[in-house]
Amino acid sequence: MSEDVAWETVIGLEVHCELATQTKLFCGCRNAFGEEPNTNICPVCLGLPGSLPVLNAQAVELAMRIGTALHCEIRPSSFARKNYFYPDQAKDYQISQYDEPINASGSLELPDGTTVGVTRAHLEEDTGKLTHVGASGRINSAHHALVDYNRSGVPLVEIVSEPDMRSSIEARSYASELRGILVATDASDGRMEEGSMRIDANVSVRPVGTTTFGTRCEIKNLNSLRSLGRAIEYEVARQIALIEGGGSVDQETRHWDEAAGRTESMRSKEEANDYRYFPEPDLVPLVPDAAWQERVRVAMGPMPADRRAGLVALLPGPATQAQSDQIRAVVDLGLDGWVSTMVTGGLRIDVALARAANEVAAEGEKGLELVRAANDLATKADKGFEISSNPFTTIVAMESGGELSATQSKALLSASVQAISASIEAGQPMAAALTGYDSRAQAKELGFEALGADALSKVVAQVIAEHPEEWKRYVAGDEGVKKKLSGLFTGQIMRATSGKANGAEVAAELARLAG
Amino acid sequence: MSTAREMAAAVRAGERTAREITEGALAAVAARDGEVHAFLTVLADEALAQADAVDAAVAQGRDPGPLAGVPVALKDNLCTRGIPTTCGSRILEGWRPPYDATVVRLLRDAGAIALGKTNMDEFAMGSSTENSAYGPTRNPHCLGRVPGGSSGGSAAAVAAGFAPLGLGSDTGGSIRQPAALCGVVGMKPTYGRVSRYGLVAFASSLDQIGPFAADVDDAALLFDVIAAHDPCDTTSLRIESPPTVRPSGSGVEGVRVGLCPDLIEGCAPDVVARVHEAAEALAAAGAKVEEIRVPEFGYGLSAYYLIAPAEASSNLARYDGVRYGLRVDAEDAGAMNTATRTAGFGAEVKRRIMLGTYALSAGYYDAYYAQAQRVRTMVVQAFERAYTSVDVLLGATAPTTAFKLGDKVDDPMAMYMNDVCTIPSNLAGHPALSLPFGTGDDGLPVGVQVLAPALAEGLLFQVARAVEAAAPEAGGSA
Repeated sequence: MSEDVAWETVIGLEVHCELATQTKLFCGCRNAFGEEPNTNICPVCLGLPGSLPVLNAQAVELAMRIGTALHCEIRPSSFARKNYFYPDQAKDYQISQYDEPINASGSLELPDGTTVGVTRAHLEEDTGKLTHVGASGRINSAHHALVDYNRSGVPLVEIVSEPDMRSSIEARSYASELRGILVATDASDGRMEEGSMRIDANVSVRPVGTTTFGTRCEIKNLNSLRSLGRAIEYEVARQIALIEGGGSVDQETRHWDEAAGRTESMRSKEEANDYRYFPEPDLVPLVPDAAWQERVRVAMGPMPADRRAGLVALLPGPATQAQSDQIRAVVDLGLDGWVSTMVTGGLRIDVALARAANEVAAEGEKGLELVRAANDLATKADKGFEISSNPFTTIVAMESGGELSATQSKALLSASVQAISASIEAGQPMAAALTGYDSRAQAKELGFEALGADALSKVVAQVIAEHPEEWKRYVAGDEGVKKKLSGLFTGQIMRATSGKANGAEVAAELARLAG
Repeated sequence: MSTAREMAAAVRAGERTAREITEGALAAVAARDGEVHAFLTVLADEALAQADAVDAAVAQGRDPGPLAGVPVALKDNLCTRGIPTTCGSRILEGWRPPYDATVVRLLRDAGAIALGKTNMDEFAMGSSTENSAYGPTRNPHCLGRVPGGSSGGSAAAVAAGFAPLGLGSDTGGSIRQPAALCGVVGMKPTYGRVSRYGLVAFASSLDQIGPFAADVDDAALLFDVIAAHDPCDTTSLRIESPPTVRPSGSGVEGVRVGLCPDLIEGCAPDVVARVHEAAEALAAAGAKVEEIRVPEFGYGLSAYYLIAPAEASSNLARYDGVRYGLRVDAEDAGAMNTATRTAGFGAEVKRRIMLGTYALSAGYYDAYYAQAQRVRTMVVQAFERAYTSVDVLLGATAPTTAFKLGDKVDDPMAMYMNDVCTIPSNLAGHPALSLPFGTGDDGLPVGVQVLAPALAEGLLFQVARAVEAAAPEAGGSA
């Protein structure tokens, strides 16, 4: 292979999504994360002799929602047994869908317009959870292992993509978009850190321009979007180096070591299990009729792509890259409803987008939950939008109307979240804590009253007097110079007013004085 | 010994107590089960407590149910809460299920007394009950002979008069063949009529629980209690059907009976003779008897010995030493699995796990498992064709009368041939019943088999009653 071959990366992803059902896939045990080990168990999910599975209708419905959102064909399907011995597997076989998955032949459109094929999205049960106790915590050197069967039988949908992605960025974009869809369908909470969404990546490389696929490796243990991106990049570099060094890639399963930043061989193709799939005799075929499919379709809310389009439509012109990024973030965070109501209520979309995408996002899950709840309250209570009934909207309205500077608005949003959370922690119901909170009073308390025009003029004059040379260059300078120096003056003015000055007003005053 | 019907009627009427009946049954077990070995566990205290509860209900004017005070022998692959359930295997020695099988609950709700857990071929794999890890059961008619299997313990318990009723499971003939060898009635219901929840699986698509009794009406009485839809078993049918218990002697006038050479040829001459006599008796009672060939039945055995082991290889994977039952420690989890299964399973179980694993393996699946499923479909279609011209089929149950202990233990194929007449009904999921009809040249009972279409249990019992009415008195014990 010559030195100057350009390489193309080929990626397909297998995503396991834990469904947010009340109960497990084949029994009545609660489907809950983080509880005392081996408390949500029964004869069925422990695989006790004589026990039999009974399919959970809610899981089927969520699987159909996922299929519908991914434009899949929803088909008559059946279950099979995947046989292999492992201590976390109660029956030593997994009930899964094999040759007849419920969802097939779909697609997912990435935000940039690229389409990734979805081969299938099928139902299966999760295994228990093994904790290896011993020297390194890795299975091979463990002294003994503990098994928690709370997760045994939790419903999963495995979503298998076509090998349509060509970079780690595309793979991350696919995973992120898929996560948004899973959350939007209420199929999953999408929490990768809790294992609600787990990703395996199939990665291969080939010379640009060729059409046959290279030998692929499957990478496991990707617990975050960051891991996904890093692992793919490492793996691509490893495979290219192997081939360019005259070697070849072996088909194998590799484990991503997050700490070491590298993939390691787990097992080769030859060591792979023969799963001996055969039809599950304890279950009957699953054939969702047209009426059920229609009920599922009708009950579904808009998907992330539709919601992004909804926000873009509110912009006065075409979206800039920065706005597109903010819109993505806002939809991912589930704050698009809030932004829409604010804009429809007359607030500036740039302020609304920026506060939602940056400041509320920075408040974390607690802040997001409060803002979403406040928006629900405000929209439901009055069957329309009312600025005064939502404390967070009030803040954005004050900024939008020039009563608060951007810096003050940010600080006030954060202070509101803290204060409202504190009331809830002190025992107040969430609705009361939200409606009873007075953002204006808090602004006053923090000293965030708008600076009067006279006071501002005084400060501006003083700052100009302190920087005579710069002022001369500012007045005489072209657009570039003006822009550069206005930053310096604005910064000084903000410092002198402790951030109370309104940025737009400062700019206007500077322009007026410069003539 | 009185019938289950008479016992229940007497208890419900307050003429006999459940305690008196249960004490009688326990005394019979104590007197003779040492030599028969029908039971692995006798539930003396539990049975008496249950009997007292039944008597208390009667005293308070409540009806304890259609099986009030009737002792029942339970095959040891039916889960019983807090009571050992071994499946005749070392690997489940000491395991006490935390739940009752649905049929066990239905029996209790009907006022029946669980007398004990009966011996069986390990995981129901066998036709002689010699594959039990806890020693063989002997045929009460002749202690040197096997009782048949795999439900040999329940068949022997009824034949010995320990209990008027028993429950077994039938995957390829495991109720009907021991019923034939022990001279009692044994019936396999339509697949899905009786819940499998709590029946430790051998081959899930073939397993079905069914009754043993001394006569046809008692078998029908027990069937009526256990045939119920169960939401815990997805394959359980939602069928409301009229009770099948009717006065004895229901007529067979005009019923078309297909005498099936494919279920008779290859049997011993004395067995063949009894089946023909049963056909003549039916004709004399007004049935239209005609000969009907169903050659596809000949392929059933081969298909069965691929499908059943394939499902078993998966069903028995869970006995890995991790959660319950036997564990043989070793240096790591994989070695522990191997050591446990090596020590815990007997030779026949291992043979079938290997057969089934092979049949499902990559590269062999189509030639073995998939091909066997195609043959299964062919057998189903053959039944359908037959039932366009006849209402029921008549044949032998087992090729011979009870054979000697040890005769076939080293010859798996000879043992498997015992199921040749019973397997077709399992493959099709149809009901079938074996009832005693005279004796063989050795004086031991011969069973004849009646087969009916899916859900036609009523007709099945009706025809069986007519055969029973004409049956010669069974010979004594040899």
